[in-house]
Amino acid sequence: MQFMLLFSRQGKLRLQKWYVPLSDKEKKKITRELVQTVLARKPKMCSFLEWRDLKIVYKRYASLYFCCAIEDQDNELITLEIIHRYVELLDKYFGSVCELDIIFNFEKAYFILDEFLLGGEAQETSKKNVLKAIEQADLLQEVSNTGLHPESFVNPSCV
Amino acid sequence: MSDVVEKTLTALPSLLSLDSQPGSAKLSSTSKLGNLIRGITELTSKHEEEKLIQRELASIKEQVSSPNTSMRQMKELMVRAIYCESLGYEASFSYIHAIKLAQQGTVLEKRVGYLAVSLFLNESHELLLLLVNTVLKDLQSTNLIEVCMALTVVSQMFPKDMIPAILPLVEEKLNHPKEIIRRKAVLALYKFYLIAPNQVQHIHNKFRKALCDKDPGVMTASLHIYLQMIQENPEGYKDLTASFVTILKQVVGGKLPMDFNYHSVPAPWLQIQLLRILSLLGKNDQSTSEIMYEVLDESLRRAEMNHNITYAILYECVKCIYTIHPKSDLLEKAAKCIGNFVLSPKINLKYLGLKALTYVVQQDPKLALQHQMTIIECLDHPDLIIKRETLELLFRITNAQNVTVIVEKMLEFLHSNTDDYTTIDLVGKVAELAEKYAPGNEWFIETMNTVFSVGGDMMQPDIPNSFLKLLSEGFDTVEEDRKLRLFAVDSYVSLLQGEPGKLPQRFLQVISWVLGEYSHLREELEPATVMRLLAKLLDMKQTSSETKSWVLLAMTKLVRAGQVFQSAQEVSETYGSSMDTVLRQRAQELQHLSQDCELRARVLPQDAGLEPLEVDSSLSFLDGFVSEALAAGAAPYKPPHQRQEELAQAKALSLEPYGLSLPISMSSCSIADRQSPTLLSMSSGLSGDSTDLSHKGSSTTLKLDGVKRVWGREGYLAQREAVEEAAQVEVPSPLRSPSQQAEADSSHSQTPTPTPTPEPDQEKQQLASSLFFGLSSQSSVCLMGKSEPTPQRFRRKAKGQASSSGAAEQISNSLVSAPSAVDNFLCNNLLDSNITSQVGISSSEQTSELSQGPATTNGTCDTEAESTDGDIKGSNPSLIIGDNGLVAADPTPHKDPGSPKDFCLSSHLPAELSELCRSEITPLCSNQSLGLSACHVHKEDSLVLVVFITNSSDAAIRQILLDLDSEQLQVSCVSDSPVEDVTSHSVAMHQFSLTVKRPSVHVEVVGMVSYQLPVGTPQEVQFSYKLPLTSFIRPLTVSTEEYGTMWLSFSHDTKQNLTLISDGEEPLTATLNVLKEKLQLHIVEIIGMEGIIACQLLRDQPCLMHCRVHADVLAVWLRSPVPDLPDCLIYHCQRALQEH
Repeated sequence: MQFMLLFSRQGKLRLQKWYVPLSDKEKKKITRELVQTVLARKPKMCSFLEWRDLKIVYKRYASLYFCCAIEDQDNELITLEIIHRYVELLDKYFGSVCELDIIFNFEKAYFILDEFLLGGEAQETSKKNVLKAIEQADLLQEVSNTGLHPESFVNPSCV
Repeated sequence: MSDVVEKTLTALPSLLSLDSQPGSAKLSSTSKLGNLIRGITELTSKHEEEKLIQRELASIKEQVSSPNTSMRQMKELMVRAIYCESLGYEASFSYIHAIKLAQQGTVLEKRVGYLAVSLFLNESHELLLLLVNTVLKDLQSTNLIEVCMALTVVSQMFPKDMIPAILPLVEEKLNHPKEIIRRKAVLALYKFYLIAPNQVQHIHNKFRKALCDKDPGVMTASLHIYLQMIQENPEGYKDLTASFVTILKQVVGGKLPMDFNYHSVPAPWLQIQLLRILSLLGKNDQSTSEIMYEVLDESLRRAEMNHNITYAILYECVKCIYTIHPKSDLLEKAAKCIGNFVLSPKINLKYLGLKALTYVVQQDPKLALQHQMTIIECLDHPDLIIKRETLELLFRITNAQNVTVIVEKMLEFLHSNTDDYTTIDLVGKVAELAEKYAPGNEWFIETMNTVFSVGGDMMQPDIPNSFLKLLSEGFDTVEEDRKLRLFAVDSYVSLLQGEPGKLPQRFLQVISWVLGEYSHLREELEPATVMRLLAKLLDMKQTSSETKSWVLLAMTKLVRAGQVFQSAQEVSETYGSSMDTVLRQRAQELQHLSQDCELRARVLPQDAGLEPLEVDSSLSFLDGFVSEALAAGAAPYKPPHQRQEELAQAKALSLEPYGLSLPISMSSCSIADRQSPTLLSMSSGLSGDSTDLSHKGSSTTLKLDGVKRVWGREGYLAQREAVEEAAQVEVPSPLRSPSQQAEADSSHSQTPTPTPTPEPDQEKQQLASSLFFGLSSQSSVCLMGKSEPTPQRFRRKAKGQASSSGAAEQISNSLVSAPSAVDNFLCNNLLDSNITSQVGISSSEQTSELSQGPATTNGTCDTEAESTDGDIKGSNPSLIIGDNGLVAADPTPHKDPGSPKDFCLSSHLPAELSELCRSEITPLCSNQSLGLSACHVHKEDSLVLVVFITNSSDAAIRQILLDLDSEQLQVSCVSDSPVEDVTSHSVAMHQFSLTVKRPSVHVEVVGMVSYQLPVGTPQEVQFSYKLPLTSFIRPLTVSTEEYGTMWLSFSHDTKQNLTLISDGEEPLTATLNVLKEKLQLHIVEIIGMEGIIACQLLRDQPCLMHCRVHADVLAVWLRSPVPDLPDCLIYHCQRALQEH
């Protein structure tokens, strides 16, 4: 996968993750043009696009568009399911997720994404495992906030 | 999960309001971030937003740089900074603080710090170096979460040069008891493999361990690496096929834990990854493919549920089945599957069905025929993506019968299309089809007119170029060519009489050239009229100066007629003082040539296309002038690269003061020694500058070259290619006899029946029959020509092939499968040479042996020949290195015949080469009439590639043209007059000198040989030849002092640890000696535990190596002025030591 973008129906970018090194200028250009192209498409149209030299897979969930650029030999349908699995993870984590959750807790959304996709490849496809990893880190947050030193809390068996 | 949320919620009161919590968007909206976000949503204009963010950024900036800010506050500030950046406002001041946060924060602050770093910076950002220490520390942490975070950031981005620093720690994690750590470590290594493959060369066996990991997650992660490695070298991993098949069987059989199920399908990601790997392994390999048939069948069968995810698996299965060696019942099932996709009401599946059809249609055109009505419907689909994919499919099934309909559909799409990328692509395709299959002159010209006007100035420049080439060379009878040109002239005149202002520049250039060249063919057309039309172009303000120079050139040709002298003079006066040098040049030419008709007749002869133009590329006619100038004291000419080198040396001078302070001993005398030549070269550098200036002047003339090329080249090229390819665009496929036609007709009167449309309307039926016309009859041809489509770059040359698709042979190396005559021939010599196995046989004897060879064909040797064939086409680096190693280790002349075929061809080597060390002679490609083999010979100052062309037919082969090209290499022909004809059963030899343009671990030469048999059309065969970079490495003899100064002036370097060799001797000496022998390096000096080595890449591209024994490894530091050279060399050092 080359990158993943989340944007709203109004074209506001909510999340962006780039797995290929590009300059900021290029990123902005791609984002702007791609958002325009995807938003212009009608609901019943195909979820796949050949856009410039990229293969784009996108799907709309409520007011949010999830959009991935993949390599030529990658499977489009499985990419749709990657998007879906990510939405499931967000949903499970936030408890019926909405756009606001992602806006206000975007760093959490990033953490979940990093636990699910690493370097553009599906890292962990088991939903349970992804959430377990996130929970571990969140738990630490709670503990350190209540004054315990994290080091003392962690023992290998709990991760 | 719910526990955790609960726990978190109960802990809330004790938290600061700054921290946002999961599942509580409302709560966090009271935070500063929440305020910011709400503030922005309330704003109405972009301008206000900008003001607000700038204010926000200013406040963040102030706080982050304050010493009193705690890490916790810092974390909150970072989140806000990320938010501002994601809105598109730069917050680069916070980058360094993000790194600091990752470094100093507690675990959860660290997490935000790492996230900020991974969002802010990219791989090449210099600040990333500051992160290395933090990562190192966290990798060693006892806190698993910290280790996880470090591995996560490493697998997203890490500076390439710093990989060795953390590699041992990451490797260690492969044995970690926790699977999550192992998994992340594997992915980190995958990332390293992608950005610096040679760094992880030595841990390939650890990947195997990861593949066998008991945790499916770790195993899945390791497949990413395998997919990548197998893509690069499928031959190296064939032994793993059975393991991959077993894994897939287990997955499909539901043996994995339920966790890995996705919508009750077992581990779909894993399945798809495995299918991709299998298709790579089974491609063109029957025995490997056979191992996987069963599991593929099983996968197809299991994936029944009606869910996207099963379709994803099916789609991958189908692709795999069509990629590997075919098996009929699997193909049948796959075809059915594709049918389900195509007919699906779901648009995504329909799209993929069309894609799959496009993929397989060359192998199985009948499949397209089955779905013709659906395809027709898709042509009118409201979704442009579907339409576009359908056109792609049609493009693949175009033939001389349906070309008009398909091109019409494509042009229709083009007219409504707004996307530039699609336009460029489609325009190229239309042009290709028009060239290949045009049914008539008018159609061709009109189609090309549309191509030029729609494609405009975006299209690939080779479209107008090859169009003009085609026009000038002609492709049919003289009369037909004349008609074509006449038609073009007529068409263009009427276009210019319309509204030329709307035409794109490229089209105007084409028009001017054609009118200049051929308007005289239309006798009733007054040159003055044409002149006026062209002059109108000059006056339009949107006409570019490039176009204007084309117009001027056309006018220069027009003045032949004489009557237009007056207007030519006017024009040349106007542009004679133009600021544009090219235009001025053209105007001068126009003026002079219009006055001097004798000169004009010599420079621009009418119908020049038919006369070969002799070009004296050595410019020998200037010799007298040069010697005069030299005698008068002018500086001798230096080629640009030499000048540049001298300039670089002059630059190196400025480094001297720094060099002096370094410990390397440098006597004053050596400085003086060095300085004097540098001074000299400085002065010559100056004179070089002046030539450079004139060169710059001519760099604008470069454009002029572009203009000139079309007419300047034509003679030359016409001579070369007109004979080579008697392109006959219009000849209908020779395979279609009337009876076959009837057959074809009957076959599609049948085919529409299975389509689901109950009453397909007349129009669509009609369209279908015109679209799919000729497809069924062609199917046999297509099956023969199974394989990939003709590579684009051979497109132009291959146009002759289209007309005689059955007869033309387009053998790409990977396709050579049938044991052909050359194999037999080679094997025969195996027998022959057994009888006469002495080395010293005179070459004349050998030739006679050779010519007898094919007469006694011997089929029993086929397998042997085939296997060697396989070795070469498989790009297995170890094999190639192996054979190079053999050569390098044995620097004595390679007299021992490595293999019999080597032996018999080697006798054709010229005497001066046969004594030198060389590689084995390897067959490149072969067919019934001719075979190609090659070897490379290591000369002291160059590398010579010798290509043997063996004529194994009974007739002479004529007009042989060998054309080599390489991305990494500079290829130049050594022989002055290359052999063009080879008589029956004899061998011709071509020599090429190779030098490296751009270093790479392995370099490859691709080539094409075209030739003409006594009967039949011209033929072409493609091949490729791979050789390791080590062939170009030669020792560089320098003194320690020279080494010191060179070391300082080189800018590209790399560091790496190598294993030491200790077989009795002192390890450092032993290791260096191995390197010296295998790679031909020069050991400059060994002092204690350190050694310095020098070598050069032909020619004069030095690389220096500094080695120091460190514990039990050899720390190596390489430097070179050439980018990538150190990396490539270290790779070969590793290999050399491994093989030792």
